Amino acid sequence: MAEPLLEIRNLNTGFVTENGIVKALDGVSIRIDKGQVVCLVGESGSGKSVTSMNVMRLSDYDGGIVLEGEILFDGRDLLKLSQEEMRKIRGNRIAMIFQEPMNALNPVFTVGDQIAEALYLHKGISKEEAGKEAVKMLRMVGIPEPEIRAKQFPHELSGGMCQRVVIAMALICRPELVIADEPTTALDVTVQAQILDLLRNLKEEFNTSILLITHDMGVAAEMADRIAVMYAGTIVEEGTVEQMFTQPLHPYTVGLLNSIPGLEGARGTELYTIKGSIPSLANLPKGCRFHPRCPFATDRCRSEEPPLRDVGDGRRSACWYAEEVAEKAKTVMTTAGEGE
Amino acid sequence: MAQLTQDATAQSPTNGGDYLIEVKHLKKYFPIKKGLFSRTVGNVRAVDDVSFGIQAGECFGLVGESGCGKSTLARVMLQLQSATDGQILFENEDILKYSGRQMRDLRKKMQIIFQDPFGSLNPRFTVRDIIGEPLKVHTNLSAKQIDDRVVELLSTVGLDPARRGRYPHEFSGGQRQRIGIARAIALNPRFVVADEAVSALDVSVQSQVLNLLMKLQRELGLTYLFIAHGLNVVRHISDRVGVMYLGKMVEVSTTDELFKHPLHPYTAALLSAIPRAEIGRKRERIVLQGDVPSPANPPSGCRFHTRCPFAKERCKTEEPPLRRVTDDRLVACHFPLE
Repeated sequence: MAEPLLEIRNLNTGFVTENGIVKALDGVSIRIDKGQVVCLVGESGSGKSVTSMNVMRLSDYDGGIVLEGEILFDGRDLLKLSQEEMRKIRGNRIAMIFQEPMNALNPVFTVGDQIAEALYLHKGISKEEAGKEAVKMLRMVGIPEPEIRAKQFPHELSGGMCQRVVIAMALICRPELVIADEPTTALDVTVQAQILDLLRNLKEEFNTSILLITHDMGVAAEMADRIAVMYAGTIVEEGTVEQMFTQPLHPYTVGLLNSIPGLEGARGTELYTIKGSIPSLANLPKGCRFHPRCPFATDRCRSEEPPLRDVGDGRRSACWYAEEVAEKAKTVMTTAGEGE
Repeated sequence: MAQLTQDATAQSPTNGGDYLIEVKHLKKYFPIKKGLFSRTVGNVRAVDDVSFGIQAGECFGLVGESGCGKSTLARVMLQLQSATDGQILFENEDILKYSGRQMRDLRKKMQIIFQDPFGSLNPRFTVRDIIGEPLKVHTNLSAKQIDDRVVELLSTVGLDPARRGRYPHEFSGGQRQRIGIARAIALNPRFVVADEAVSALDVSVQSQVLNLLMKLQRELGLTYLFIAHGLNVVRHISDRVGVMYLGKMVEVSTTDELFKHPLHPYTAALLSAIPRAEIGRKRERIVLQGDVPSPANPPSGCRFHTRCPFAKERCKTEEPPLRRVTDDRLVACHFPLE
């Protein structure tokens, strides 16, 4: 059995607003083993980023509060640490790669200095040594002429290069866990392919665990060992990448997978859609949160909220009818295809 | 260095006649100014000698990395930006020679749907005002008639007409994009540019908007120029696809052919880079090295040769023209893939 590195247990968090507390996460549990890539997928507003901000304890600064639960990192509950103790972990043992590489870099420092900063702050080595390490790291993430690039400012680099710098910055202290929040969303497919390759290689080299947040099922299929699908602040399905793509056991996952136009098969046909849009967290529907958009919803779904339960083979689904989803999905798919 | 690589002698890749809109040797240069007297020291060649046409009722997809000139090409075709050189034929008339009045009339026939559903709607206008504005500018309809048309348009795009007195912030991203679509079709245009119209949307909403765009095309007989970086989306909706690289059209083909057998190495690389939402399939991936070169100083010869895995000596010196390979396929490569 692999060792767990990060275990989020029954995490309930919210944000303090003028109208009281808005619940952002409801009973989220995720486990990441050493050297594993876990993907969080879902639409915007489903709570993917909030989860990562909670692990980093950065939501404390945005009016976020934790109502219940624990986040065990290497056996320690991160939620019990002070921000000062957290600072020793953040950027050192857990690092983050942000979505907008341009915004994640400080425009008035050279990229070399920004990468080195984490190293001399956390590891207590001299600035000169750290500077040399930064250049090495830049070479490792595939930046040509790293000695010259290290002395440049972020605006002198392209988007793909900036993302490599952000990755170099995240990896310089050899963190055990990297949280990558939509690391390739702002990039072109060709650059995205380079960055994904890079992340894969680094994972293999350092046995780093990665929590990858993405809305792109294609990226998830390529990178993940396990996938957790989020919807409106909860995890609705969780399993290995093979399980999720061959036989999704939640109607939302079915919808997500089928609404993507494929690269093979018929063109111009009507696409499968999930009707409506994601509900506001301040105004969640009763019962299952997905029922207003679910094609199979029954009275039970409208009144009782399904728990995230074990459905065999080490996978979990939060649907009353998880075992029947595959059968039902077939009928819906054929009718959608014949729609036109 | 700044020598203009013109291949006006190259055979015209367009066959003329049955195109709704056609561009010939279109160029759009942005001058780079420097120094006290703002001398022009060079040009960013955003669109450099592009020729292609879109047939009536067709959806033409345009793909390429950011900065390759897709959006500039579309904006010049709509005359939202002036062209540096070349011809734009709309219904076989050169619209670059049009007077202001003629151009204004023409705008009824060509419309655009923008990428950002948040930035492209005036937050101080109600939905009725937003959709009614083109009608107010271009027609003599009364306020009542405009309101009737707005109601009709809102139901066409699948929004509740009762909400027309509301402001954009009260709508979700997908709904806002529907408002933008309603505005674009308000004047019954013939030609609509969709510039990354679904890129900012979540997949579930994206498929709803794509279905709407396809429905409108069928029902209203629209002709689309569909720009997107999501290649699977482009494949789904387009009849033909053009691939741009550094201001040049490098391949034009029917969609099925392009995705089955790309001829240009750049197209092949783009296609192989798409992460697939499926598992258990190992693919040969062509990973391109480095970034797109600057369009202010493009490489000599074939612009793609610096990143092309198959580049030969000839590619470094001689620029390949966009030539016809089969009836419906054009490629700009000396050594097209088999």
